[in-house]
Amino acid sequence: MKKAILVIFVLVLLVATVLGAKYKIGLSLSTLNNPFFVTLRDGAIDKAKELGIDLIVVDAQDKPSKQLNDIEDLIQQRVDLIIINPTDSDAIVTAVEEANKANIPVITVDRASNGGKVIVHIASDNVLGGMMAAKFIAEKLNGKGKVVELVGIPGTSAARDRGLGFETELKKYPGLTLVARQTANFNRAEGLVVMENLLEAYPDIDAVFAQNDEMALGAIEAIKAAGKLDKIMVVGFDAIPDAIDSVKKGEMAATIAQQPYLMGQKAVEKAFEYLKTQSIYIPVELKLVIK
Amino acid sequence: MKWKNILKKMKEYPAIVGFFGIVLFFSLLSDRFLTVSNFVNVFRQVSIQAVIAFGMTLVIISGGIDLSVGSIFALSAVVMASILKGGSVFLGIVVALLVGAVMGAANGIIIAKGRIQPFIVTLATMAIGRSLTLVYTQGMPITGFPQSFRVIGRGEMLGIPVPVIIMFGLFMLIWFISTYTKLGLYTYAIGGNETAAKLSGVKVDRYKIIIYVLSGVLSAVSAIILTSRLNSAQPTFGTGYELDAIAAVVLGGASLAGGKGTVIGTLFGALIMGILNNGLNLLNVSPFYQQSVKGIVILIAVLLERET
Repeated sequence: MKKAILVIFVLVLLVATVLGAKYKIGLSLSTLNNPFFVTLRDGAIDKAKELGIDLIVVDAQDKPSKQLNDIEDLIQQRVDLIIINPTDSDAIVTAVEEANKANIPVITVDRASNGGKVIVHIASDNVLGGMMAAKFIAEKLNGKGKVVELVGIPGTSAARDRGLGFETELKKYPGLTLVARQTANFNRAEGLVVMENLLEAYPDIDAVFAQNDEMALGAIEAIKAAGKLDKIMVVGFDAIPDAIDSVKKGEMAATIAQQPYLMGQKAVEKAFEYLKTQSIYIPVELKLVIK
Repeated sequence: MKWKNILKKMKEYPAIVGFFGIVLFFSLLSDRFLTVSNFVNVFRQVSIQAVIAFGMTLVIISGGIDLSVGSIFALSAVVMASILKGGSVFLGIVVALLVGAVMGAANGIIIAKGRIQPFIVTLATMAIGRSLTLVYTQGMPITGFPQSFRVIGRGEMLGIPVPVIIMFGLFMLIWFISTYTKLGLYTYAIGGNETAAKLSGVKVDRYKIIIYVLSGVLSAVSAIILTSRLNSAQPTFGTGYELDAIAAVVLGGASLAGGKGTVIGTLFGALIMGILNNGLNLLNVSPFYQQSVKGIVILIAVLLERET
């Protein structure tokens, strides 16, 4: 009797797993403390629902050590694929390698991994975004004026790439001078304080490029308090809802749009494609060849 | 003879000496530094950290520590912000202070009645507070407040910013408490020797709870100021503020072993941190070096104090 029950139990369990054989994907995010990544997560969740994928989301709270633990946990759960949004491009390498060793494919989003095997990296081009900001400012100022840059968390790839793009493009306009470059750590409160200080040091600035919208919004509060909103143009990055409102109100001049929702969707879509076909289609830009 | 007296006084308040030394240093290097508008600016910025540090001063004198101030700051800010959105400024402020008081009371009660080290208790409540903030906001900032709320962060009276007035008001209050009241006297006694205080009939538990409530409420006051200044409440508010507050208190001459410290010292400790930030920004020092400069200043200050 006992044996029969056991056999039935095992059979039911087997049938259940076969019927419910859908893909299980892990999504490890750098932080859910920032609207940008919350939107990215929402995009991923919605896409996963649509495709019938089990999505497990873990939040590293911006700590590389916690992210490694998170990913080890996902490996333990035998997920079919892991999508990683690294807290740090170097610190993540160990985690990627561990996933590789367990034969679990890895996709990175927004920030890349500096090592290990990653099947595809999904991100907007931060260097290009920085260049767009510089070009916009140069056009608005007719190529002449004093510019200030608010830097994100020093050492992160986003800060590096956006700064690189911005400064490279700015050099093309000899009339524009970058009078100061200070960090506000991607943080709104720090953007306020740093901008207040910079306004003391350089009362005649014409434009501010903030490497993210949080810092830009803080800077705008400082500029407003100084009564200089009509004289100083602020350009942000990310296009978070607050920033879009600010642009509509005419306070922020522009923000470079990243599309976090789309990024989340794309990542899950590519994961699904890979799991089904064991291959992935990566479009490569066409090039015009002339004699 | 007179010089000796002055020298002695200087040694009693190393933070004040340090403050003027740093002011002199930056004045020589930047012509934009020593201006009225820049000093108004620095005091307004410092008010946020100083108000939290005032509460931390009492906590540290009593031999405790409060790591949860940054989380209390964040939670009271976001809860208040959601009420402000509904239009009620007064209610929002009251609730913010209440959140601070309740969190502080929780700290105090667990520390006093549970006989657990303050470091561990507040480390735990720091994590819980941050988590509650994230749950409450779902990771999103809260914005869109009535215009009248902005007076707190933006307003001025006789050319002095409201945050600075609040800071000095609270400074006077905590200074009065620590020098003239039973609570102040017992705070030093508990920090000096808790057993002795208890044996001489001091209701140690009750005073400990009051001290942590004060610390929580002051964090909430600080949160109200910053929320008004930024016109938004962020779930990331206050991260790392506990370290800034502790640094200000220690720079001000307090001992982490308890029993020693002054709120005047703390005020100047906070001013040193603020002026370093401001001066390094003004001089456009590379972000990569700024943290090192701050760390070195803290080390020098503490080393100098050991001499006395």
